[in-house]
Amino acid sequence: MTARVRSSRPLLVAVILLAWVVLWIPVHGRHTLDLSPADLTALHRWLNDVNDSVGANRDSSPVFRYFVNEIRAGIDALVRFLQGLIAQPSYGRPVPVFGWLGVVAVVTYVSWVFGNWRVALLAAGGFVFLGLQGLWQESMDTLALTLAAVAISLLIGIPLGVWAGLSDRFHRLVTPVLDFMQTMPTFVYLAPLTLLFLIGPASATIATLIYAMPPAIRLTAHGIRSVPRTVIEASESLGATRWQTLTRVQLPLSRRTIVLGVNQTIMAALSMVTIAALIDAPGLGKTVVKALQTLDVGTAFNAGLAIVVLAVVLDRVTTAAGDRTARTNRPLMAGLALVAVACWYLSYTYLWAAEFPDRFRVGGALSRGAGAVTAWAQDDLSTATGAIKDLLTYGLLNPFQALLVESPWWLVAAVAVALAAVLGGIRAAVTTAACVALLIGTGLWQDAMTTLAMTIVATILVMALGVLVGVWMGRNRHADRIIRPVLDAGQTMPAFVYLVPFLALFAATRFTAIVAAVVFAAPVAIKIVADGIRAIPATTVEAATAAGSSTWQLITKVQLPMARPSLTLAANQGLIYVLSMVVVGGLVGAGALGYDVVAGISQGQLYGKGLAAGAAIVLLGVMLDRIARASNPSNLAKGHR
Amino acid sequence: MNSTTRTSTPVLIMALALTLAACGGEKVGGTGTPGASAAAACGTFNLAVNPWVGYEADAAVIAYVAEKNLGCTVTKKDLKEEVAWQGFGTGEVDAIVENWGHDDLKKKYIDEQKTAVAAGSTGNKGIIGWYVPPWMATQFPDITDWKNLNKYAAQFKTSESGGKGQLLDGDPSFVTNDEALVKNLKLDYKVVYAGSETALITAFRQAEAKKTPLLGYFYEPQWFLSELKLVKVNLPAYTAGCDADAAKIACDYPEYDLDKIVSKRFADADGPAYRLVKAFTWANDDQNEVAKYISEDKMKPADAAKKWVEANPDKVKAWLAR
Repeated sequence: MTARVRSSRPLLVAVILLAWVVLWIPVHGRHTLDLSPADLTALHRWLNDVNDSVGANRDSSPVFRYFVNEIRAGIDALVRFLQGLIAQPSYGRPVPVFGWLGVVAVVTYVSWVFGNWRVALLAAGGFVFLGLQGLWQESMDTLALTLAAVAISLLIGIPLGVWAGLSDRFHRLVTPVLDFMQTMPTFVYLAPLTLLFLIGPASATIATLIYAMPPAIRLTAHGIRSVPRTVIEASESLGATRWQTLTRVQLPLSRRTIVLGVNQTIMAALSMVTIAALIDAPGLGKTVVKALQTLDVGTAFNAGLAIVVLAVVLDRVTTAAGDRTARTNRPLMAGLALVAVACWYLSYTYLWAAEFPDRFRVGGALSRGAGAVTAWAQDDLSTATGAIKDLLTYGLLNPFQALLVESPWWLVAAVAVALAAVLGGIRAAVTTAACVALLIGTGLWQDAMTTLAMTIVATILVMALGVLVGVWMGRNRHADRIIRPVLDAGQTMPAFVYLVPFLALFAATRFTAIVAAVVFAAPVAIKIVADGIRAIPATTVEAATAAGSSTWQLITKVQLPMARPSLTLAANQGLIYVLSMVVVGGLVGAGALGYDVVAGISQGQLYGKGLAAGAAIVLLGVMLDRIARASNPSNLAKGHR
Repeated sequence: MNSTTRTSTPVLIMALALTLAACGGEKVGGTGTPGASAAAACGTFNLAVNPWVGYEADAAVIAYVAEKNLGCTVTKKDLKEEVAWQGFGTGEVDAIVENWGHDDLKKKYIDEQKTAVAAGSTGNKGIIGWYVPPWMATQFPDITDWKNLNKYAAQFKTSESGGKGQLLDGDPSFVTNDEALVKNLKLDYKVVYAGSETALITAFRQAEAKKTPLLGYFYEPQWFLSELKLVKVNLPAYTAGCDADAAKIACDYPEYDLDKIVSKRFADADGPAYRLVKAFTWANDDQNEVAKYISEDKMKPADAAKKWVEANPDKVKAWLAR
């Protein structure tokens, strides 16, 4: 019975899509609910008023005085303390407590203690490189802010993740909140945040952690949930309490996934560096923003590279710490600790060890090199790339967008609900209907459809890359080692650094926005797929190989099906990362919701509209994710359990 | 046991050697940095810096003079405009020194919340309009009259403009009436939103380099115009009140008087920094010069300011005299 339903599903989907196209021909262009960029709806005006009243009442309300201000003071103190340690002149001295030599020594030592020699060397090399780039202080400011945001994220995120891993009800409750945190564009809450938490490190940290915390929660929950039932039952049958099962079985077995969550949190935090610079967050973000005001791609690239270096070092060290075995060589530990302390003392006392020497600099050469490459690409490649852009836009994007945007709203709504019903059952259909209704409520239906077309195209590209590269990396450690730094760069290099050459290559178009979204979102999908492939027990793979499976059969019949939960998570995160780039897309010619958000932060009377556009992005995310998730058979089975 | 001692001994020696070898060189705080003791008279001056080069030029010069001549401690805060205005209320921003219109913000913070006050013009004139790259103006001289735009519409078609000519709009921070203009002037164009200044400048750069057609929204003073002299298209001339009804606008943008806004508290205290901000005024050429130092010569804002101040002592003296 169920088998028949499943096999007829693709047919039903095809029928629905065909009916859509056939109906589109006579009715297109009607009831499209368009709204011009300068026009507002009653909702948008109301949101403006709410924003104004919060601003006007900030000082008189006790909520602010006793609650918000306390949080602000606490976070400010934490960040300023970290800055005083490594970045800024502090305690009446012209230099921080830890000079560059001290920081390098301590970071190397800590990397060695919690990781191994290889990551320790990487950490030392990476940090010295930051100094050579001529960006020591900026890097340390960024590091201080990132450490604060990541520490708070993990402190809150991991316990919540464990809870969500253990409790189905809490998991259901928290998932939409996480979707919201990850897809609500930062631009929308940047100004309100500075109203609540004032201009300063606290606002920047909070803006960062709102975006960075969800991966920690999600992946912790995913890790706990992925522990096989049988193992837990075995533990329980041996008389273990719930607490013992959690700490001795579930947490250790999900350690690798939790560490992946920590890594993703660090990456997400570093990807916020540039946006946070718009509210005076100190560090590398400012260098990028300033350089881009004059389109100085070279300088921006140099600073972006420093962010990537920080990301790679932090990622490798945490990963190694996740795999470590306890150190036993105590005399060696003590001896090296002494070296680190000696280095710190030197950096505390002598100027040459406190401030990175000017003599050795590679930053200028790096900037010039990046500038030259950009200029070459712009001059010599743009004709060819323009042709590719035109081909894909006219051939794929424009027709698809026409179908979505020019259809009457009721037709799109009917198609979406029907697809959700066929793929995911009644629950998905209800969610979809609710999302459609709310989307209409935002007053930005047509913009939402334009953005939806781009989002779907970008997500399909992301998943194609995710499966292709992810399987390769999951099966081949060498490939993994070479590709992973590139992925880290894609996730943490500030988008605008590569967007300037992209703009020259593909002009200010929707296509540029799609490319930017793919560059940012594909790495996370690839990493999660690779992780899923690698988690398949070696015995299973060996058994299949022994049974005579070819490599192709092994991948399609064993590894991909067994990595299905990871594929679902990859699709979810890929989609969410694509949506988190909608605003950046708005800055490079995508128009629609992204532009509405950007205009909202720039012009007071458009604030409410920007907020509504942010909400519309979240709704699109929830709708697409629920349809995709529900259409996954393994989840369908779980839902009926 | 034995093996661990063997590995840790060289480490210890290394540590010792490092410590000894390093006991040379200048000590932290050894020479001592001269403290700014004159700061007491002026105190701290929180200057917002909005993210564009022209603003940076204004801020750099004001900050330089405030520090050198008045002994102020200047804290520059890099902020987006909206956030900077909000800072007036929370007491974290004292002055904004290049404001483009923003009547909505003026109404909210000056008239309603009464946390900000206007501090006069910067002397700079802001011009907004439609521009084409220089090669187009040379090859098609009559393109600078809006009446001829429809004749060229086909040339401006792109993958984004749906069969019409493309009018590329830029940074939404600036006022745009372009949708209404296209409609009311019956132009066969579609407004495409590039969404940022970066995207606009890159588009104009490519258009000139590749000799491709481009019609876009731009403004001056702007550092990019000293790299590429874009040519303005003449729309029906602006007359007072012709932009009263946003939906019916069919005339060019007005000339903006760029001005300074300060927090009420800062103005009421009437300190030396406030008097400097109020007196500050210069010409578009002055700003363009400092902006060029920053953008093309890649000077640090403070160095650019120093260079200009030293070359223009009379102008600086005039600000301080009042």
